[in-house]
Amino acid sequence: MSTTTMNDSKYAIETRAMNIYYGAFRAVKDVTFSIERNKITALIGPSGCGKSTVLRSFNRMNDLIPGARTEGEVLYHGQNLYDPDVDAVQVRRQIGMVFQKPNPFPKSIYDNIAYGPRINGWKGTRAEMDELVERALVGAALWDEVKDKLNQSGLSLSGGQQQRLCIARAIAVQPEVILMDEPCSALDPISTLKIEELMLELRQRYTIVIVTHNMQQAARVSDYTAFFLMDKEDRAGELVEYDVTSKVFQNPADKRTEEYVSGRFG
Amino acid sequence: MSTESLRPERQSIGSLPEGEAARQNVSSRQRRGKIWQGILLACTIFGIIILLMLAYNIVNDAFGGIGVQYAVEEEDLTDGRPLEELSQAELIAILETNLRSRVLKNLERERPLAERSREELIDIINDEIIKPEVVAVYSLSEFLFDRPTIEAELRKSHPRAEIEFKSWLSWDFIVTPMSSNPVEAGIRTAILGTLYLLWLTMLISFPLGVGAAIYLEEYKNDKPFDERIPAGRWMNNAIQRSAGLIETNIYNLSGVPSIIYGILGLAIFVRALEQFTSGAVFGYADPTTANGRTILSAALTMSLLVLPVVIISSQEAIRAVPGSMRQASYGLGATKWQTVWKIVLPNAMPGILTGTILSISRAIGETAPLIVIGASTFIVTDPTSLFSKFTVLPLQIYNWTSRPQPEFRAIAAAGIIVLLVLLLSLNAAAILLRNYLRSKRVST
Ligand SMILES: Nc1ncnc2c1ncn2[C@@H]1O[C@H](COP(=O)(O)OP(=O)(O)OP(=O)(O)O)[C@@H](O)[C@H]1O
Ligand SMILES: [Mg+2]
Repeated sequence: MSTTTMNDSKYAIETRAMNIYYGAFRAVKDVTFSIERNKITALIGPSGCGKSTVLRSFNRMNDLIPGARTEGEVLYHGQNLYDPDVDAVQVRRQIGMVFQKPNPFPKSIYDNIAYGPRINGWKGTRAEMDELVERALVGAALWDEVKDKLNQSGLSLSGGQQQRLCIARAIAVQPEVILMDEPCSALDPISTLKIEELMLELRQRYTIVIVTHNMQQAARVSDYTAFFLMDKEDRAGELVEYDVTSKVFQNPADKRTEEYVSGRFG
Repeated sequence: MSTESLRPERQSIGSLPEGEAARQNVSSRQRRGKIWQGILLACTIFGIIILLMLAYNIVNDAFGGIGVQYAVEEEDLTDGRPLEELSQAELIAILETNLRSRVLKNLERERPLAERSREELIDIINDEIIKPEVVAVYSLSEFLFDRPTIEAELRKSHPRAEIEFKSWLSWDFIVTPMSSNPVEAGIRTAILGTLYLLWLTMLISFPLGVGAAIYLEEYKNDKPFDERIPAGRWMNNAIQRSAGLIETNIYNLSGVPSIIYGILGLAIFVRALEQFTSGAVFGYADPTTANGRTILSAALTMSLLVLPVVIISSQEAIRAVPGSMRQASYGLGATKWQTVWKIVLPNAMPGILTGTILSISRAIGETAPLIVIGASTFIVTDPTSLFSKFTVLPLQIYNWTSRPQPEFRAIAAAGIIVLLVLLLSLNAAAILLRNYLRSKRVST
């Protein structure tokens, strides 16, 4: 992907008439919206409406699913990520991902962080790597808890710590965008709160897109909210409403959005 | 039918037992459970009995009594003192008084007696003067519990013979090469042959099997050639089809009788590739072999035999690596190869190694394919290279059991113990290795 098209548009990712298929089944239809830089955008909607599918299309993780296919455009700094000459590997370095279930590698905490830079051709001294690891862990608000046991397995941490380790791992490769698919759904309320605080901090340097089922969470942390819903007839997910979070929650334009956010739906 | 099911009397939901009936129902269900538990226990006990019988049989033959007859009794030579306690001078004196002068002269010419060690002298006294001869062989049970009968029997046939305890399994047995005299025969040649074969089979089948498993698990759906040109499409199609063919037939391949692999090995490795497997193309010509019946041919044949199982068990180990690990790696910008090499393989390695070692340890016991490709059944020279003639433990055991003398049956049993110990230690090594790798992956 060329960086020459890098412009100072205020949008990090824009989709144009995006349709995503699993084999013959259209899971997401005709989604067009733009995600602003250095903001947190929440994708909400009932189960099965295609939130994860949309999220995965932003860093071409859908490519890993046999039979999955994306139509339309996903623009990242004006460049269509699905152009034939764009390499998904390059995309994923710049658009990182945090998954629903914490999935640290069965390696040491240190190596969990160092893995990303190393595979991406990082060059430097051991001391520089130490520094990089520390910064990533500080950035993910995990440093104080693990600084004395960097050589222990990432799996030895609690669920909430593991999820922050995954966030640290994602930011260690210095992406621009971080995609999070229900990052707190496997966590207790306190860990959830920590991650939410972390997201608000990360917003200064990264663009964050988060999928969540937790309305309060969307309302608390996000700047923009996109509401998706499954079409009754063809069961394809579509974007119903997309706006500033406060507007979506307090004064939605669509009746279905209002029903959903007020809990009378889904 | 639908109208029938709507009839009101069809809408009864039956009844659940209550009170006393419920209690009886529970106890009858418990009873049934107990009966099944008893049956399962019986199955287990049956298995254990079989195992014990096997062990009894082997031990009964590998240890026991022998009737030995000496040309001269040790006590008569030494006035009752054991040979081991005599000084060198006394030993030489015994030799000089008891050996004929011609034999003595020969020995002196080889090396003066005075220069020989005491052990050597004792050996000579044993071989040349005492001359023990095994005249009867008894199993362990006969030796322990039937002493009077066998003693009476022996006294009748060999009045001068004595009954002694004999362990056919001994250090000497393990380190001596094959001999046509069962009392002197050892199993070193076969142990070395088996170890050679084992290593070589592992060396060949491990990379091939794991490589194929990785391809089938991780790359099967990839299209390595350019889809936009017809030739590329054709190649992609061909690759995918052959991968699919292998995948669907791999279980069939693993079920093919081993003798058929032997026939295949004979045709390909021994005959067609003789120049290669005999070492001729490398300028290596073993004068005693001079054909393709070498360790290399055997290892290649054994690799064919175990390859399907190695592939299947490696595939299972690779499949067991959680998809979330792969996704995490891809999500950081790793390529497929980086993900396979740095995440999938290290995590699958304990399983791959266990599966490989277990399947190869099965191959140690294989006899049929080796007979077909012409492994030696009687060989006294150790294997020295890939291109040597060889024999293996099961073949050696088979060879011994097919001989009439009871001594051979006894050393066959001792050989079986060696084979079993080798097998069990390999399996134990597999388990230890797996546990070690697992613990390493979790704690670091
Ligand atoms: N790997 C897949 N193969 C086939 N169909 C899929 C796959 N993943 C998702 N789908 C289908 O696509 C649709 C959208 O799924 P998706 O996982 O994006 O929903 P979601 O909004 O994330 O739901 P949830 O809130 O439950 O996570 C669903 O109908 C689902 O069945
Ligand atoms: Mg989802």
